[in-house]
Amino acid sequence: MQFLGYLISGISLGSVYALIALGYTMVYGIAKMLNFAHGDVIMVGGYMVYFTFCSRGWHPLLAVLFAMAVCTLLGITIERVAYRPLRSAPSLAVLITAIGVSFLLQNSAMLLWKSDPKSFTSIISMDPISIAGGKLSIPAETIVTIVVSVIIMIVLLWFVNKTRIGHAMKAVSEDRGAAQLMGINVNGIISLTFAIGSSLAAVAGALLLSSYPTLVPTTGAMPGIKAFVAAVFGGIGSIPGAFLGGVLLGVIENLSKAYISTQLSDAIVFLVLIIVLLVKPTGLLGKKIAVKV
Amino acid sequence: MAGNNQKKRKKSTKTYILSFALILGFWVVIEILGHMGILSSKILGLLIPICAYAIMAVSLNLVVGFLGELSLGHAAFMLAGATAGVVFYNGAGLNMPQIPRVIITLIIGAAAAGIFGVIVGVPVLRFSGDYLAIVTLAFCQILKNVLSTTYLGVDSGGIHLAFDQSSFRLEPGAKPLIKGAQPISGINKISPDMMISFTVGIALLILTVTFVLNLMNSRAGRAITAIRDDEIAAKSIGINLTRYKLMAFISSAVFAGLAGVIYVLNLSTLDFKKYDYNLSINVLVMVVLGGMGNVPGSIIAAAVLTLLPELLRDFSQYRMFIYSIVLIVIMLFTQAPAFVQLRHRLMAMIRPKKSMPEETVEKADGSYFAEHADRKEDE
Amino acid sequence: MKRIITAVLTGALAASFVMSASAAETIKIGGIGPITGPAAIYGTNVMHGMEIAVEDVNASNPDLQFELQFEDDEHDPEKSLNAYNTLKDWGMQLLGGTVTTSPCLAVGAEALNDNMLLLTPSASSQDVIDLGDNVFQVCFTDPNQGLASADYIKDQNLGEKIGVIYNSADAYSSGIYSTFMAEAEEIGLEVVAEEAFTDDNSTDLTTQVQSCQNAGADLIFLPIYYTPASQVLIAADKMDYDAKFFGCDGLDGLLTVEGFDTALAEGVMLLTPFVASAEDEKTQDFVAKYAEKTGGDVPNQFAADGYDVVGALYAACLEAGVTGDMDPSEVCEAVKAVLTGGEFTFDGLTGEGMTWDASGAVSKAPRGMIIENGEYVSLDA
Repeated sequence: MQFLGYLISGISLGSVYALIALGYTMVYGIAKMLNFAHGDVIMVGGYMVYFTFCSRGWHPLLAVLFAMAVCTLLGITIERVAYRPLRSAPSLAVLITAIGVSFLLQNSAMLLWKSDPKSFTSIISMDPISIAGGKLSIPAETIVTIVVSVIIMIVLLWFVNKTRIGHAMKAVSEDRGAAQLMGINVNGIISLTFAIGSSLAAVAGALLLSSYPTLVPTTGAMPGIKAFVAAVFGGIGSIPGAFLGGVLLGVIENLSKAYISTQLSDAIVFLVLIIVLLVKPTGLLGKKIAVKV
Repeated sequence: MAGNNQKKRKKSTKTYILSFALILGFWVVIEILGHMGILSSKILGLLIPICAYAIMAVSLNLVVGFLGELSLGHAAFMLAGATAGVVFYNGAGLNMPQIPRVIITLIIGAAAAGIFGVIVGVPVLRFSGDYLAIVTLAFCQILKNVLSTTYLGVDSGGIHLAFDQSSFRLEPGAKPLIKGAQPISGINKISPDMMISFTVGIALLILTVTFVLNLMNSRAGRAITAIRDDEIAAKSIGINLTRYKLMAFISSAVFAGLAGVIYVLNLSTLDFKKYDYNLSINVLVMVVLGGMGNVPGSIIAAAVLTLLPELLRDFSQYRMFIYSIVLIVIMLFTQAPAFVQLRHRLMAMIRPKKSMPEETVEKADGSYFAEHADRKEDE
Repeated sequence: MKRIITAVLTGALAASFVMSASAAETIKIGGIGPITGPAAIYGTNVMHGMEIAVEDVNASNPDLQFELQFEDDEHDPEKSLNAYNTLKDWGMQLLGGTVTTSPCLAVGAEALNDNMLLLTPSASSQDVIDLGDNVFQVCFTDPNQGLASADYIKDQNLGEKIGVIYNSADAYSSGIYSTFMAEAEEIGLEVVAEEAFTDDNSTDLTTQVQSCQNAGADLIFLPIYYTPASQVLIAADKMDYDAKFFGCDGLDGLLTVEGFDTALAEGVMLLTPFVASAEDEKTQDFVAKYAEKTGGDVPNQFAADGYDVVGALYAACLEAGVTGDMDPSEVCEAVKAVLTGGEFTFDGLTGEGMTWDASGAVSKAPRGMIIENGEYVSLDA
C-alpha cells in the first residue's frame, strides 16, 4: 500500500514532466532546435494563471485559456525575433540564443513580478479520491494531470498524422528544403509549432503549479531541464516517447527517493537515463516512430 | 592541393602568433600596471577567473569545435579537478612549502579530471549529437550530487569516508576535508600577491593553448577534425574513431581540471552547487561566441563574458536583464545570415579589399557544426 | 565585430583602472547579497532593510553619517568576490554582508587579508565566523539553532517520534540538521525519518512527507526556508497527515507568502528572532517603512537582520569614535574592540541586548513562537 502511494505521487510528477516534454519534443521535431526557454514559458503561463485565477478569481478554465493565449503570443514572438533570423545559422548558435531568451524571461519576471515566492492555489477544486477504504488517497490534480496529458498526446498524434497541416509539419520535419519547394509555408509551420508548444506550456504551468504550488521566476528552469531529459529518455522527436519518458522519469525519481536515498535521487535518475541510453541509444521509442515529429 | 596545404600552414602559424601575442600582451600590460599600483581591486580580482574561464573555453573548444560534439558537462571536470586538488591542498599538502604544494595540487587536479574524463568518455562517446549532450549533462549532475553526500576526513585513526552524516565520526579537533553539502572553506590562495597567482594562471593558459594548437596541427588533430567532418569517411580510411575521440575528450577534461584548481584556490571556498549545467552552458557560450575551433576567439570571448556582468554593475537589479539582451543581440549580430551579410557589405564599404577573405575564413569555421548537424539528421 | 567588442572593452577597462577616492565626511558601508537569481528574495530583503536603517541612523545623529552601497552577487562566491572588490574600489570602510553562506566564505577570507570588518546579517554557518576574528554574525549560528531546537522539543515534550525534512544541498539546512541529529542522539530524542531534498528535486516534496507519515512521525522538524516549507505543509494537508511542525528562523516569512493559505500553518512552531506582526513600536515602524519602500511588501527575518547590521555597526562606530578619514583596517580594529569589549550591547529588531564575543557569534535569545489564528504567539507564555 505504501508502494502504491509512492507510485502514484511518482506518476503525478511524471505526468507533469510528460506534459512539458510534449512541448519540447514538438518544437525539436519540427524546428530541429532545443528550445531551452520552454521551461520559462511555463513559468510565464504559471504567473498568468496566478494573476487571473488566484488573485482575481476568474473561472479556472478562462484563466488557463488566457494564459494559453499569452504564452502562444510569447512563443510566436520569441520565434520571430530571436530564432527565425538564425534559421540557417549553426544549430549551436540557436541553442545559445535560446539560453539567452531563457535568462531574459527569468530576469524580466523577476523585475516585473519580484522574486518573492507566490503560493499557487490549485485550479482543481475537486476532493481527493480515496481508494482501498480510505487508506490511500489520490489528489484530484494527479488524475486531472494524467488525463490531460493523455488527451493532449492523442490529439497531437491525430493532428500530426491525420490533418493536412500535420502532414505539412511532417514534411518540414523531414526535409525543410523539399517542403518549401512543394509550396509549404515553412515559416508559417514553424510559427504554428511554437504556438502549439507554448500553449501546451501554459497548460503544463497551470497543472505543475496546482500539484507543486511554489511560483518563483525560476520555477520553470528545473522542470524544463528534467522534461528535456525525459524527452531524450523517450526518444526525442517522438510524441508517445515524450509521454512515456516523462512518466517514467517521475516514477523513478520518486521511488528512488522513497526506497534508496532522498539525497542521491538525482544521481539515480541520471544513472538510469545513461544506462537506458547505452542499451537503447535512441531512447525508449526513438526508433519505432520512424517519422520524427 | 599543395597550395591549399601551404595556406593551411600559414593560417595555423597565424593562429599561434595571435594566441600567444594575445596572452602575453595581456600579461605584460597587467604586470606593468600592477607594478605601477594603479590597478583597481575589481580588475585584480577578475584576473584569475578570466584565466580559468579562458582555459575552460579553450579546452571545451577541443570537444565542441574540433571534435564537433556538444558537451553540456564541462563543469564536471572542473569540479573533479577542484575537489581532488583541494582535498590534497588542505589535507596531505597542508604543511608543505607553497611551491611544491601548488604544483602537486595542480597535477592531482588534472589527473583526477582526466580519470573522470575516462570514466565519462568511454560510455559517452558512443553517442552523438543531442544524446551526447544530455549524457554529459547527466554525468555532471551525478558527480555534483554524489559529492554533496560525501564526507571525508583524516584523523589519527586513518582516513574516514562516508556517504551519510550519521556514520561519519572524526576525533575532536580533526577538521573534515569534505562535509557533504556544506561548502569547503579555508582554502589558502596560491599567494597573497595577486600578481604571482595571475602569472601562474597565465602560465597554465599558455600550457593549454600550446597543447591544443600542437594537437590540432598534429596527425592526431587531423584525424580528429576528419572525424568531425565525416565520421563514416574517417572510419573508412582506417582512423580509429574511439581512440581519437577519447584523446580529444580526455585532454579537454585534464585542462578543465587545471582550471578548476586555480579557480578554487583563488576563491578560497568550494561549493559543489556552483558546478552545474549553468556553468557548463556559460563556458559553451564563450566557445560559440569566440567561434568554433577558434582558440584566440575563445580566449577573448571568455574575457569579455567574464567582464561584461561586472561592467553592468551600475544597473543594479537590471544588470542580468541587460546581460541577457546583450547576449541575444550579440548572437543575432554575429551569427544570423542577414546580419553577417550586412556586416560584410559594411566592411566592404569601409575597407573594400582587405576584409573579405578574412571574414570568409571565420564563417567557414563557424559553419562546420551546421553541416555536421545536418548530416546527422539525414542519417 | 570582435574589433568593436575589443575597443569597447578596452575603454571600459581603462575606466575601471582609475581608483576612486573616498570622502572624509561620512563612513562608507558596503552590502553584498543576491538581488538577481534564484536567491534574490533574501538579498533584496537585506538590501531594503539596510537602506531603511541607514536613513534612520543618519536622521538620528547628524554628526556621523553612513553611506551605503549594495552590490549583487547572485548567490555565487565568484560574483561575491567581484562585488567585494567593486566596493573596495568605491572606498568601503565597513562591510555588512554577505547575505548567503558560501559567498560569505569567499568574501570573508578576502576581508581577513584586508583586515576589513565584516558583519553578516544572515550567513549563519559556523565556518563563517571560524574564518577569522574580524567576521561577526547578527544571525544565530546554525549549530546553535540545531542544538536549541532539539533541546526545546525535548524539554517541552513536543513530540515522541521525530521526522526531519531538510535540504541536503544547502549549507544552512544541512548545518542545522547535523547538530540537531547529534543533540537528538545525546538527549534521547527518537528520530524515525530523515528525509532530504536538493535544489534540483525540490519541485516535488510529497515523497518525503509520505515517508515521514509512513514512519509514524508525530512531529516534523523543518530546518529549511519558508518556501519549501510551504510546499511541505500543503503536501501534508493534501494527504490528511496531521503532524506538528517545528522549524527555525528560516520559516519566518511563511505567513507572508502571497497566495498561501495561512490556515495550513496553524500550529506550526518556530524559533525565530523576528516577527513582522509584533506589536512593539520599533517593529511596527520598520514594517511600515518597508512597505512604503517596496510598494506594500512585508519584511521577513532577513530584512530585520539587515536593519540590525547597520544599527549595530552605527552604534559601535559611535562608541569607538570612528571618523570618516580612517582606513578600513583602523575602522576594523576600533569597531572590533568595541564589539568584543564586553560592555557593548545593542537592542535591535531581532533581539534585545545583543552582545558579541571574540568568536564572532552573536548572543541573543531565540523566541519560541507558535502560529495561532494566522498570528505568531509566544510559545513560552
